[in-house]
Amino acid sequence: MWEDIKDFASTFFVTGDPLIYGADVSIVLTMLAIVFVLTKYKKWGWLWREWLTTVDHKRIGIMYLIASLLMLFRGGVDALLMRLQLAFPNLEFLHADHYNAIFTTHGTIMILFMAMPMMFGLFNMVVPLQIGARDVAYPFLNALSFWLFFLGAMLFNLSFVIGGSPDAGWLSYPPLSQNDFSPGPGQNFWIWGIQISGIGSLATGINFIVTILKMRAPGMTLSKMPLFSWSVLSSSIMIIFAFPILTITIALLFLDRFAGAHFFTMDGGGNPMMYLNLIWMWGHPEVYIVVVPAFGIFSEVVATFSRKRIFGYKSMVWALMAIAIASFFTWAHHFFTMGTSASVIAFFAISTMVIAIPTGVKVFNWLFTMFRGRISFKQPMLWTIAFIPCFLVGGATGVMLAVAPADYQYHNSYFLIAHFHQVLIGGVVFGYLAGIYYWWPKLFGFKLDEKLGRWGFWFWNIGFYICFMPQYALGFMGMTRRYYTYGWDRGWEDLNLVSTVGAFMMGIGFIFQVWQITYSIKHGERDTTGDPWDARTLEWSIPSPAPFYNFAVVPNVKDSDDWWATKQAKANGTYKEEPVHLEPIHMPKNSGIPIIMSTFWFLIGFGFTFGWVWMAVVGFIGVAVCMWVRSFQYDTDYYVPVDEVRRTEASLGRVL
Amino acid sequence: MTQHQNHGGHQDHGSLKSYVIGFVLSIVLTIIPLVLVMNQMLEKTALVITILVMAILQFVVQLFFFMHIREGEKPRYNVQTLILGLVIVFTIIAGSIWIMMFNKY
Repeated sequence: MWEDIKDFASTFFVTGDPLIYGADVSIVLTMLAIVFVLTKYKKWGWLWREWLTTVDHKRIGIMYLIASLLMLFRGGVDALLMRLQLAFPNLEFLHADHYNAIFTTHGTIMILFMAMPMMFGLFNMVVPLQIGARDVAYPFLNALSFWLFFLGAMLFNLSFVIGGSPDAGWLSYPPLSQNDFSPGPGQNFWIWGIQISGIGSLATGINFIVTILKMRAPGMTLSKMPLFSWSVLSSSIMIIFAFPILTITIALLFLDRFAGAHFFTMDGGGNPMMYLNLIWMWGHPEVYIVVVPAFGIFSEVVATFSRKRIFGYKSMVWALMAIAIASFFTWAHHFFTMGTSASVIAFFAISTMVIAIPTGVKVFNWLFTMFRGRISFKQPMLWTIAFIPCFLVGGATGVMLAVAPADYQYHNSYFLIAHFHQVLIGGVVFGYLAGIYYWWPKLFGFKLDEKLGRWGFWFWNIGFYICFMPQYALGFMGMTRRYYTYGWDRGWEDLNLVSTVGAFMMGIGFIFQVWQITYSIKHGERDTTGDPWDARTLEWSIPSPAPFYNFAVVPNVKDSDDWWATKQAKANGTYKEEPVHLEPIHMPKNSGIPIIMSTFWFLIGFGFTFGWVWMAVVGFIGVAVCMWVRSFQYDTDYYVPVDEVRRTEASLGRVL
Repeated sequence: MTQHQNHGGHQDHGSLKSYVIGFVLSIVLTIIPLVLVMNQMLEKTALVITILVMAILQFVVQLFFFMHIREGEKPRYNVQTLILGLVIVFTIIAGSIWIMMFNKY
């Protein structure tokens, strides 16, 4: 008996690496600390009522944000481990297998469990406030999306202490990801972590399309909608068309592994190349899914901090939609070297270059908005200004990669690595950080400290260029991605060492930001007006932090920058006070079903990962029961009485 | 939830009868190709064509019986989305065939 348990544990838990044992200890200590604090201060009930069961879009947004920052930390540590190994390639700091696992989890986590939830966090924190709605269209579904993402991410992250990490690259190409070459649970963790959180992503896409199309405040026609909401619409359209492709592709891969099918195998009529073809049909739109909301954020930030209306609103909308559609016609540029026909390559090379046109339109519009504006260099604007040159270089190297004959030289070299980090960090991360700094006061009621933020900003920016510029050169010098070591005679040491220094500078930048957040909770400048940046759109017309029902009175929109127009009218004395008519506010009730149902999904994933079908069956039954129970729940909403609205507004300093 | 007050004017979402018909049709359309494949009743080209026809019919059944493509007020977002979806489905299938043709030697 004892021997059996020991036997099981030795394969079930990952053993043998001191780094992993360190992680084990820190995980256990963190869990104990959380349980201890919650019990000591009697916060379990509070946690359950206020957070775990909430359907409030603002709280869900905050939970997305916290989760994504944790994932940024995990993905960042992965990156630093890799950089350490590459700076001293012969120290055996990481072994080949460990290195493979780390670059795999770094990629998957940064895209799917850092960028996506940070984006959904911003969707949730901003969109309903910006369009004058009191919640999203489907608040229950929204909570379910979050918990599916969260438990999917936890399942994936579990892999490095239990069972073993996936190590076949962030997109898990077959034949390497098939049973023959990757036995064991690692790849299954990858499949089910993404599969479960993918359901959540798809549901969020649907939720925000419906919210934006159906729940805008009266008077806000689509042509008066703020650009961030437009970018969310564009991104959500891409989500609902791209994510099903991912789900099916990974499901087919799972059938290959679990049921012995032959979709992507080397024999039996399978074709591994088909997997590349399918996964990039999702993968290419995916990078636009994450970058387009960043474009929306920059549009809001540039207009606010230049104190001007955005230049070329209509062309901005056109560009967002053009990018959404065009993104579905470029996927084959990820595998030009696969060896398909010349006409295919020509088509996809040109369609890739076409994307640069709407993107270029947007860059010019931001510049023209700043032109003769009264620019104030607050933190959101700093990140926006840093973004423009960074993304420009990233875009230019992207066009270089799109030139197919040249791509045969760059393919899978560090040139490519530098390119996509430049667009993903310079575009997506800088954009989301700008958005977080910009909307933080609306969510929390205080600004993030300016001075510490600037330290973080400069460490991030200088670190970025020190880290990635040498990698372009390393690519030209023949260094290929996913090398874990290289010989002394290659002449790559110096540049790799420089690159590692840059990576650690970005890490220091992140530490400054964490310090900034903890410092600002106590000392940050309080926002008493609800409009700390003198901004333009509806979310700034309500108090900070926003009350749970958002708008005491649903606004009547007349202008595209409605709040700015209202402020102007008030200043000119042309503003006509409308009589305030309070009504009971219809709100959704909290529900515990999303977290419970997602936990059953976790069981399904965990069961299939280890081939324990009984556990997956339990999970499926649980999911079905949750759906059944929810279908017959009729008491799902309530009305906030007028008195309570008046009291809440008064406590926030607004008399109605 | 703001617009909840306006929910009164909704059409109803199909009847039990239409759901049962849709369910039976979709099951039949799934079983036909399964039986054909399991019992090897047709030769290859005919089999592929039959499966494709069944898939398209399945798609139509889903649209009319479960996705209520005929319902909904203007603007017809469901039809717009469907058209965009069809364009992308066409791209996926035609694009994949075109890209993977090289593999046929």
